[in-house]
Formats: sequence, structure tokens, C-alpha cells
Amino acid sequence: MTALELRAVGVTAGGRAVLADVSLAVAPGEWAALVGPNGAGKTTTLRAIAGLVSHAGTVLIGGTDAAALGRRARARRVAVVPQVPVTPPDMSVADYVRLGRTPHLAPLAREGAADRAAAAQALGRLDLAGLAGRPMGTLSGGERQRAVLARALAQEPRGVLLDEPTSALDLARQQQALELVDGLRGSDGLTVVAAMHDLTSVALHADRVHLLSGGRLVASGAPREVLREDLLGAHYGAAVRVLDDGGELVVVPGRAAVAS
Amino acid sequence: MGARRVAIAAVLATAFLGAAATAGVLVGPAGLPARGVLEALGARLPLVPLDSPLSATQETIVFDLRLPRVALGALVGAMLAVAGGAYQGVFDNPLADPYLLGIAAGAGLGATLVIAYGPADAASTLLLPAAAFAGAAGSVGMTCAVGRAGGRGATGLILAGVTVAAFLTAAQTFVQQRNADTIRDVYGWLLGQLDTSGWPDVWLVVPYAAVAAALILAHARPLDVLRVGDEEAAALGVDVTRVRLVVVVAATIGTAAAVAVSGLIGFVGIIVPHAIRLLVGGSYRVLIPLSLVAGAGFLVIADVLARTLLAPAELPIGVVTAFCGGPFFAVVLRTSRLVSA
Repeated sequence: MTALELRAVGVTAGGRAVLADVSLAVAPGEWAALVGPNGAGKTTTLRAIAGLVSHAGTVLIGGTDAAALGRRARARRVAVVPQVPVTPPDMSVADYVRLGRTPHLAPLAREGAADRAAAAQALGRLDLAGLAGRPMGTLSGGERQRAVLARALAQEPRGVLLDEPTSALDLARQQQALELVDGLRGSDGLTVVAAMHDLTSVALHADRVHLLSGGRLVASGAPREVLREDLLGAHYGAAVRVLDDGGELVVVPGRAAVAS
Repeated sequence: MGARRVAIAAVLATAFLGAAATAGVLVGPAGLPARGVLEALGARLPLVPLDSPLSATQETIVFDLRLPRVALGALVGAMLAVAGGAYQGVFDNPLADPYLLGIAAGAGLGATLVIAYGPADAASTLLLPAAAFAGAAGSVGMTCAVGRAGGRGATGLILAGVTVAAFLTAAQTFVQQRNADTIRDVYGWLLGQLDTSGWPDVWLVVPYAAVAAALILAHARPLDVLRVGDEEAAALGVDVTRVRLVVVVAATIGTAAAVAVSGLIGFVGIIVPHAIRLLVGGSYRVLIPLSLVAGAGFLVIADVLARTLLAPAELPIGVVTAFCGGPFFAVVLRTSRLVSA
């Protein structure tokens, strides 16, 4: 059974197709990377999976048609980590992480002991217990990113949708964040779907790569099958070189003359 | 914010309301002895072995004039403060107040029409609050219709509110200028007053205010979730549109009921929630209940001042809320910056 499956998913905005006929499948526990130039439809794909945009086609979550799932049921299965999360500056880290319990509560209910325990556990696992009482506005970029991940974890989802999870972080924090997600994937069997810009990180972490271009899925496969100079050059419209030392792939910018 | 700080704020707000209510019952032009009033109040409680030392007339002053006035002030103040906090959450706009969607202008037009064209004793009957309520409800209906036609979600609704308010205020001013003989009554109403006919006015507001406040209190957690924005709230499983609709409808009905009996009392809906936000943070699960208690206390104390500052004349209570609330808020604004820095 697939953790996630898209069948001919399309999204139209302002009369323009921003996503057309995208079909792909993600296995349980897999890290699927969505890559492609700006405007290719990576974020829109994530929003369609989360049910945040109306779309054509079918999204299956754990084999169930997501359209048949309620809002809350869907949020119990997939958590979203947006590219630029809104973090109210005066909200405490603990309160922020507890918001992740929302889909587990009856519509107007308050958190119970089990919810507080789940949130506390998420705080502990992301090494935030010492910051629990701090207002979100006082956190560094890396700490804030961990708090957002902790909120997603408190949701106890089976999959997380990450939109450019490292775009606001420095190199070391990027590595930490990605390792953290990878660790959760290993320990919890979490399925990860991540829109990613840094193709070398994609090569390091992703099991499968889906290349989007102009709202269409143009290639899917293992990193080595998709991260190819010809494919990337054609769809990013940029000159890139893919260095393969047999162990890891490294994707670097090349000179313009190399392209075409 | 820490639970301790919230607990302290809750105790202070409750004590403030208690003190304000006590002052409201004790202070008045009749000059009743404080001890006698307290004993008379105690005598009405079950199982308290006290006899009221007051005469029948004095009893009437305490129980049929002062008490309902305190109760009405508390109800209206609580409702305006809760509605203000709710609007600020729903529209994610710190300047939102209970009159945002044109309620003030609509209620003003309704009241002005009754004062100008109604029977001579209209101001002292239920016709006035009924007309004000109808005007308030009608103006919100217009705002929603215009806002919906214009699209653009919350911003569209706010713009529609501005448009409807301007239009209805123009109509109200026209009626008012054509009937110069009643201008004093109209102004008296517009500036707000708690000069009631007694308990009937209180019972008129109670059902609306109770339902509205209960609905808003029940939605405090969803309002907190909305603080991370519509998209993330939706991803957390919240039906954003429904939460917004229920809270706006509840706040509007409660405000319309309050306005119908008290006129337009400005400033409470903005100043009370913001003072609490500055002191204990912006969580609606703290902000809404504390606004309810502190708003009630604030308006009761403002009414005591309105009754006494120019006694035996009365100041419009809206003048007092702004005159005392302004400096108070300035102090909170300054000290809260020092605290959080």
C-alpha cells in the first residue's frame, strides 16, 4: 500500500493551470523530494496533498480518498511545515507546539492530559524542553524551525509535508534540520514529502525525486535517475554539473557555455 | 506567558470588578449610609441573619435603581470588551472594535429616527432599544452583503463596514439636522448612557449577551489557532470560515444588544482587550475571559464617575471611558514595553 498517491492531480488558479495531470506515489517511510524551478508547482502539489487548495484528480492518503476524509482526519494523517511559518511572537514555545494537537481535539474541546503529554514529548525530542516557556519571538532561526517541526510532530501524523524546510537556515542548521527529519523518519516510520531547492541535499536524503516543470511532472525516479545534467539543464534553464564520485552526487552550477 | 502571571491577572480583574460593583451600589446622589446599604444587601441573601435598616424608599433606590444600573454596566462592558477582543482575533486587526461592521451607525440611525419621529415618550420605552437593535442588525446585514459582493475576504468586509457606516451616518445626520428640537436627546443617546428604566433593560440584554459570550468563549482555542494564519490553521484541521462566521455573528448580536440599551460607548472594546494583551499576552483563551471580567469592572467604575463628577448632573459615560481610559492605556503601553524589554 502506498502512503500517498496522486492520480492526475491538477490545480487551476486565475484561469491558468498551475498544476496539470500530476500522478505519483510515495511508499511508507520514504523521503520523496519535489524539485524544479520556481513556479514549477512544488508548493501547489504540497497544498493539494494537504487539502488546502481545490484540485482535479484524486489524492489518496494511506489508500483512502482524501476527499472523503474530514479536515481533521486529514490533519491527523499529514502535517504541514510551511516555508515561512507564522509564529506569533508573544506565544510561548509550549503553547505553539500544543497547537499541533488541534486535529486530535473535538471541535470546541480543550487539551487533555494525553495532549499535553504528546506535546511535551515532541518538545523533548526536538531538544526544546528548556525553551518551553520562551516566547516564539525570542528564538533564533534554527530554534524556531525546531519548534515548527515539534508542532508537526505533536500532530502525530503519518507523513509530513515540508516546503523548503531549510531555506532560512545557515549551512550547519540546514544539515541539522535535515538530519533531524531523517532521524524521525527512521524512528517513527514517518513518510516525508519535501519541496527542496538544494539538489545536493536532495541527493543526500531523498529516496525518490520528482522533477516538476511548468506545473507538470517531467521525471520521477531515484536521485541518480533524475538529477542528470541534461534534465536539470533543460528544465531549470540553467547550466549545472552533476559530480558523481561513486558514493554521493554533488550538483553544482556550471558555466553558461556548458549548457544547451 | 506564565500560568502564574495569568492567575494573578485573573485575581486582580475579579477584585477590580468586585470593587467597582461595590462602589456602584454605594455611591449615588441619595447619600445613603454605606453600612446600611451593605446590611440591606446582606439581608436579601439566604441564611444571613440581618435585617435591613433602610426605609422602603431607600430599599427601592438600592435594589431598583443602583443594582440594575451596576448589572447593566457590567453586562454592557463585558460584552463590548469580549466582542472587541473577538473582532481583533477574527480579522487579525488590532484596530478592530465592536463597531467595526457599521453597528454604531446603524444603531444611531435607528435611535435617531425614533427620537425624531416616534412618540414623545419614545426615549423611555422599549421602542428606542428595539429600533437601535434593528438598525444595528440591518447595518451588519448591509455590510455583509456589500462585503460579499466585493469579495476579498476579511479586508473586503472591513471596507464594506466603512462604506456602510459612512452612508448610514450621513442619513442619521440628515434626520438629526432636520429635527433640531430633538438634537439634545439624540446626542445624549449617541454618547452612551446607562440611565436605565431598571431591571427590564437588564433582562433585555441578558439572553443575547449570554449566548454571544458563551459562543465566543467556546471559540477561544480556535481563535488561538487562527493566530498562525488561515492556511496553517486549515492544515491543522480548523474550519477557518466557520470559526470566523460563528464568532463574528456572536460578537455582532451581543454588541447590537448592548448598544440597544446603552447607546454608543466608545473605547471599551479596544482598550480593555489591548490592555490585557499587553499585560498577559495575546492568547485568546486568557484574553477573552479576562476581557469579560475587566470590561465589566471598567464600565461600572466609569459609570460611577459619570454619575458623580458633575453631580447631580450626569456626564455621558462615553466621555468618561475615553477621558479616563486614554491616560490609563498610555500608562499600560509604556510600562508593558519596560516589562517585555
